[in-house]
Amino acid sequence: MFFRQAGIKHTDYGADRELFPIPADRYMLWGLLALAVLAPVLVRDLTLNSYLLPWLIWTTAALGLNLVLGWAGQLHLGYAAVMAVGAYSGVHAARFGLPWEAAILIAGLSASVIGSLFAVAALRVKGLYLALTTLAMQFVMDWVLTHSPDITGGSHASLQAPPFRLLGQRIDTDAGLYYVALAWCVLVTIFLLNLRRTALGRALVAVREKDYAAAILGVNSFRYKLVAFAASAFIGGITGLLLVACFYFSVSPEQYNVNVSIQVLAMVIIGGLGSIIGSYFGAALILLTPGIANGLFAWGSELLGLQLSPETLAHVPNAAYGALIVGFLIVEPLGLGKIYGNIRNYFLVWPFGYVKK
Amino acid sequence: MEAVFVLELAANGALTGLLYSLVAIGLVLIYKSSSVPNLAQGALTMMGAYLVLAFAQQAGAPLWLAIPLAMVAMFGAGLAIERVALRQLAGRPIVMILMLTLGIDIFLRATIMAIWGGTSRPMGLGVSYDPLFVGPLLISRVHLIGASITVGVFLVFLFFFRTRLGIRLRAISDDYTASWSVGIPVEGGIALSWALAAAVATVGGVLWGEVQGVDQALSFLLLKALTVAVLGGLDSVGGAVLAGILLGVLENVVSAYLDPLVGGGSRDLVVAAVLILTVMIRPHGLFGRHDIERV
Repeated sequence: MFFRQAGIKHTDYGADRELFPIPADRYMLWGLLALAVLAPVLVRDLTLNSYLLPWLIWTTAALGLNLVLGWAGQLHLGYAAVMAVGAYSGVHAARFGLPWEAAILIAGLSASVIGSLFAVAALRVKGLYLALTTLAMQFVMDWVLTHSPDITGGSHASLQAPPFRLLGQRIDTDAGLYYVALAWCVLVTIFLLNLRRTALGRALVAVREKDYAAAILGVNSFRYKLVAFAASAFIGGITGLLLVACFYFSVSPEQYNVNVSIQVLAMVIIGGLGSIIGSYFGAALILLTPGIANGLFAWGSELLGLQLSPETLAHVPNAAYGALIVGFLIVEPLGLGKIYGNIRNYFLVWPFGYVKK
Repeated sequence: MEAVFVLELAANGALTGLLYSLVAIGLVLIYKSSSVPNLAQGALTMMGAYLVLAFAQQAGAPLWLAIPLAMVAMFGAGLAIERVALRQLAGRPIVMILMLTLGIDIFLRATIMAIWGGTSRPMGLGVSYDPLFVGPLLISRVHLIGASITVGVFLVFLFFFRTRLGIRLRAISDDYTASWSVGIPVEGGIALSWALAAAVATVGGVLWGEVQGVDQALSFLLLKALTVAVLGGLDSVGGAVLAGILLGVLENVVSAYLDPLVGGGSRDLVVAAVLILTVMIRPHGLFGRHDIERV
């Protein structure tokens, strides 16, 4: 019905390699994009800068991690460390007096350099051992950040970001910051959408499926692992800086500690490995869960007349977050992206459910 | 630094390291049977300690009864975790299993905090804090007792792996499918190893609770236990014990030298460095099995 396939005929290679051959997908995408652009007019400021803006930024972060985890299949438990490198180097560059455009580039490049260090581990080991090494590297990075006053100003200090301006324009309105986040998110999404059609994307998938076999087929798996880590770190670094520029306005070590790494990992996995739309869903779910859980719990305890300590209430969102991860992995290991795919598949041939898709 | 001081650091480090092994043995047990790296082992350790306190202080049981009761409860909890969560994910990619154990870790930690609160409590084993001199060396009594219990647990497992049940577990760890085809209940074996790991975690929780108090910090033992397990080879109980001693000595001595240079707090850095170096230089650890890869 919605996703009508009748009449779609590919008469040249360009049409055959289209991103969205089915018109319904295209219309929905344009509609969503229009909604996203009009969002500052449509929703209240509070919704805009406390829900939509962080959602877009975290989605971009999740997409960056998805590149290395979902496409190249390399476990990365140190993504927050890479984001921290981007944030700190960018903020320092901006405080030094460089224009923000340069600071953003510096953030991406320096994160890329450090991110490639993580790849050094990936070139040696894989699977579980890679996960452990990247986790240890994250701990080292946490330690360096909290123990080097030159970079961070000490463990409990935060570093104020200078006023954000791009192209000579001071950006301080809610809508302006939102548009910056939206633009970066759209850019990364377009990059990843096209990635699967390029030689690089195919090579990454080959490395993911079995790097040893890929190497035998002539895919230089070392090189592509390195590229995946560097590219995802570039995205992560810039996202880390934008998180500071648009949302936190100052940077401190605990914004990028190991829990943040796990949070981004959870977004990717709950969304679905290698799924772009899944990253959007996953980020939304992980960001919304604590608030919803807290609200529900407070409401429930009030309804039953329970007196709960503030400590209990403080930890309930975390428990819900953990339970959500476990529940999701058990019920739908392929993530929210897969659920969306199932629904779409159902409507592809609706009402003929028995048709082979 | 003078030699006696270094020797004292090394001796106490070795004892602390044996206590790390106690947490690491749980990791090894699970990895050995099911190739699952249990990142929730720290949370299980913490849960064990809190359960002992719950039985001892809230239910009023004497400590000698509370500890076995908590171990039985943890045995059940281990079975439950395997049954509810892990079994569903058999055969899935490693990243999902890692994420699952991380999710369990987050869930358990937050639930424990929500129930019992975050204030640190004493375990109250009643070990005296009087100094104990062995020659010129000052040794901590709690650590000495803990280390001997670790060695005891190690010997029990050494013996256990020679019993009929233990041989089954070893067979499962060696080859899933082959064990299945000769009629060994693989799921049962894996469930048993989870339950045993959870029960051992209780012992670790009690001893570490005595050393540093029962609070959330107990779950951070995970990184050290993980390092010990990887250094020893993830599927070797004996390796975990030796690696524990090695890591404890390294951590204590190296951080004593490093701390003045970097301004304190270098213990975690040493542990992370050992983990990275082990994986980079010898991924299968000191005594681990080295698998050959085929396409």
